[in-house]
Amino acid sequence: MADPKISAYYQTRMAHFGAVTNDWLAQAQSASAITTTTPPPPSSPPTAATLSDPTYQKPSFSVIDEFNRWRKQPDLAEAVAAIRALAAVIRSSMATTMMQLEIELKSASDSLKSWDTTSISLTAACDLFMRYVTRTAALEYEDFNSAKSRLIERADKFGEISYTARKVIAMLSQDFIFNGCTILVHGFSRVVLEVLKLAAQNKKLFRVLCTEGRPDRTGLRLSNELVKLDIPVKLVIDSAVAYTMDEVDMVFVGADGVVESGGIINMMGTYQIAMVAKSMSKPVYVAAESYKFARLYPLDQKDLAPALRPVDFGVPIPSKVEVECSARDYTPPQYLTLLFTDLGVLTPSVVSDELIQLYL
Amino acid sequence: MDTRRAPRAVIDPKVRKVGFFAPPEPSQSALPDPIPLPSSSLSPVMIPPPRHSSENLLPHARPPASVVSGASSVSIEGSVVAGGSYGSSSELFPAPMSPASSSYSSSRFVGGGDGDYFLNGVAVASPGRGGGKTAASFPRGGFELPEAKASSVPASELTTVSVVNDSSLGIRERDKADNGRGSALEVKDQTANSKQKKDKTTKAERRALQEAQRAAKAAAKAEGNKASGTVTSGNAKPAKATKPPQKVDNASAAASEKKGCDRPPEKDRKKDVPQPRMQYDDQSRVEKAKRRAVVKQTEARNRVELFRHLPQYEHGSLLPDLEAKFFQLDTVHPAVYKAGLQYLSGNIYGSNARCIAMLQAFQDAIRDYRVPPEKTLVRDLTAKISSYVSFLIECRPLSISMGNAIKFLKTRIAKLPLTLSESESKASLHSDIERFINEKIILADKVIVKHAVTKIRDGDVLLTYGLSSAVEMLLLHAHDLGKQFRVIIVDSRPQLRGKILLRRLVEKGLSCTYTQINALSYIMHEVTRVFLGASSILSNGTVYSGVGTACVAMIAHSFRVPVLVCCEAYKFNERVQLDSICSNELGDPEVISKVLGREDVNYLDGWANTENLQLLNLIYDATPSDYISMIVTDYGMVPPTSVPVIVREYRREQLWI
Repeated sequence: MADPKISAYYQTRMAHFGAVTNDWLAQAQSASAITTTTPPPPSSPPTAATLSDPTYQKPSFSVIDEFNRWRKQPDLAEAVAAIRALAAVIRSSMATTMMQLEIELKSASDSLKSWDTTSISLTAACDLFMRYVTRTAALEYEDFNSAKSRLIERADKFGEISYTARKVIAMLSQDFIFNGCTILVHGFSRVVLEVLKLAAQNKKLFRVLCTEGRPDRTGLRLSNELVKLDIPVKLVIDSAVAYTMDEVDMVFVGADGVVESGGIINMMGTYQIAMVAKSMSKPVYVAAESYKFARLYPLDQKDLAPALRPVDFGVPIPSKVEVECSARDYTPPQYLTLLFTDLGVLTPSVVSDELIQLYL
Repeated sequence: MDTRRAPRAVIDPKVRKVGFFAPPEPSQSALPDPIPLPSSSLSPVMIPPPRHSSENLLPHARPPASVVSGASSVSIEGSVVAGGSYGSSSELFPAPMSPASSSYSSSRFVGGGDGDYFLNGVAVASPGRGGGKTAASFPRGGFELPEAKASSVPASELTTVSVVNDSSLGIRERDKADNGRGSALEVKDQTANSKQKKDKTTKAERRALQEAQRAAKAAAKAEGNKASGTVTSGNAKPAKATKPPQKVDNASAAASEKKGCDRPPEKDRKKDVPQPRMQYDDQSRVEKAKRRAVVKQTEARNRVELFRHLPQYEHGSLLPDLEAKFFQLDTVHPAVYKAGLQYLSGNIYGSNARCIAMLQAFQDAIRDYRVPPEKTLVRDLTAKISSYVSFLIECRPLSISMGNAIKFLKTRIAKLPLTLSESESKASLHSDIERFINEKIILADKVIVKHAVTKIRDGDVLLTYGLSSAVEMLLLHAHDLGKQFRVIIVDSRPQLRGKILLRRLVEKGLSCTYTQINALSYIMHEVTRVFLGASSILSNGTVYSGVGTACVAMIAHSFRVPVLVCCEAYKFNERVQLDSICSNELGDPEVISKVLGREDVNYLDGWANTENLQLLNLIYDATPSDYISMIVTDYGMVPPTSVPVIVREYRREQLWI
């Protein structure tokens, strides 16, 4: 049942799962007014003297703290926050050899990953960051300090790319939205929101159908946002997707993770919608940043690491009844038309190409 | 999946007969040839500028038998002559003109033009062998004829054009058989135009011409044989000149009409590298190859028309013969010889095993190799390796993995720094081969197993087909890790390799089910994953593996069961193949007609005598990429669309080795 106002009970639940609500947004914004978006001034590197002093206590640096600090910014994706945190790790590291630095990075990355094991984009971003930053062979031949500054530079660049990824994606997808089109959107993705925002700013005339997105009510949240942008929005319940597919011109979804086969892992219901769209020959576009490319290869739905979310039906359910409470599904690549990423507009088979090049 | 199943009507003019012949066989269109053919200046489609009117009438194609006799008579008469000198195979052209009147010298007879002789399918009359040989150089001979007879023409009149044309044509196919020819090509004035273009004449015209030539020859014959001061095809090193012509009956029986013209011209430019995939329906090349062959094989009878481009020999007769020759063959190193015999007898099978056996044989050969004086190690060793490779091809056509390994070896040899001494070079090659085997095969298998084992869950029912080393390792490893699963092994006649896998798995305690391929759709509904091995994976994602694999993959796909292919990256190939016909291997049809252990099933006894019955025993088939869910390689798990990416990265990496 949709309430015009979100119940407090639901608010609490949403807070538990880290979902973004208007209220949360308001809180976050007030919090972010305190912190700035610029990276913290690098702490002065400890001098050799202090290092060699046996009584010197290494100031504890918690990557999780750093991560949480970055996360407070509402606009920042979790993965980007992780990347920034890892960059900060390098900056504040007191390692004297590359090997040591890499070990520190690895342990920081592991602790970040364990913070939320079900988040694919977090894991993928950490892995990609590690790979991207430590990849240069030339690092072996330089002295440590210049290597380290090179690493910091690359880390910052990676963070920058990831941060501006959304804008790049929005720009790339403008060509695909034409005047008078109807877009079906599923799930609440900030990237997709950015795309639609930019299209509205460019004075394109289109309308959006939002699926309700049970049990998250993502559709409700999204429709709130879209109304603010003056985009005509229509809500459809999840079961009405096939019914309305005729009037739809394209489907836009975000992704939690893009896997090696070119498929995506996204909120539950994406697979269904993609299948319906394919059978009715409607294009399915995915907007995903490149740090979401993961080295996973699910063969079927059950091959994923489970991410569960209890479903609230609004009425009590007898205890003997089981409830399917998986929160996400895997959409195989044959149902997707194009991926909009900061690397460009890609077909699903290119994902593996990129991953091979990076990981080889 | 390639929905186009109709035979292709497009004929690649460079490769196929150009309009002179019978309707092209559909299966033989475009040959995916990985080796870039050096472009020849003489292409069958080019219309050569006319030199002499008579020449224009000359068939550029291999003239039918009749001409041969003409040629032979000419040779006998010796007035004109041109033998092709393949002498130096590299030399495309005819040679030195013999002075003034040329006549075929008996020297021409050396070097066995037998093959051609037979090719022309003519039992050349009198001059017998000699004539035949000339005939071989025949086409030339044929062309010369007119001149010759025309006026017992002085050399000057003789045109090279046609001869040349012919020779060039001939060369294409015969280039390898340098030794074969032995006849010098008499170069007439126009030697200058080495590569003349062929003129196209219609079949009827050619026939008429040949008849005329034959008549002329007969007349000229009367004049007796003059030894022709032939030039040596001297360079013709009659390598196996002493080898008596083989399988006469076959060759002659084979319609020479068949494809005289059908010589893929550019194909055989490279002398030292035997064409890896020769089209066996081309009689001239087959004959040439036979002449040079170490292993004598009889061609099978009753061959399936669609697969005539693949070699098929009768099995079972060669082993004793070859075993006897073990100590006599000095051209082939004993280790290589042994490997070849093992392939021939079927003792070593499976692409990994064959590749490793070959590489180890090469290691031995390199260890025992000594650079002959006045030669460079790089060139000579490469030539030697090539000769070993052609021997191995004769025993059994190369698998793609072996081809890649050979390419690797040749690259390493070519990259040897010249400053190294002989023993250092040999040691370096030895260790390179060792490293290749370890990294690309053994370690690669371990990595594949490590990746693929993550896809096996408890309670799975896995299906596999035939015997693949990678899949076997995977199943044993998964079992060692304690996963609970059961295996269904699907097997097929005639090789029945699944039984070997079954025995090995059951010994280790896995629970297995064994069935034949006809029960596949019956059992597929229970299966959760299918694991297959591959002989190679092509650039468009097609999996080239043992025959029957395509069936398994297709049925699994229709039951929505994921299909995982385990293949090491060194087996990947940049070739593209759309069906299983254009490139394959034919096995022994006898084994199809017999069922082991069932003597009462003898309905097919004597099948070879039935004209209407042909048995086909294919060894490989091609599975389109749509049916494959994932490929597990030592580069990780990739979708089939990423194979060209890996091929690209792999080649790049190879440069740095």
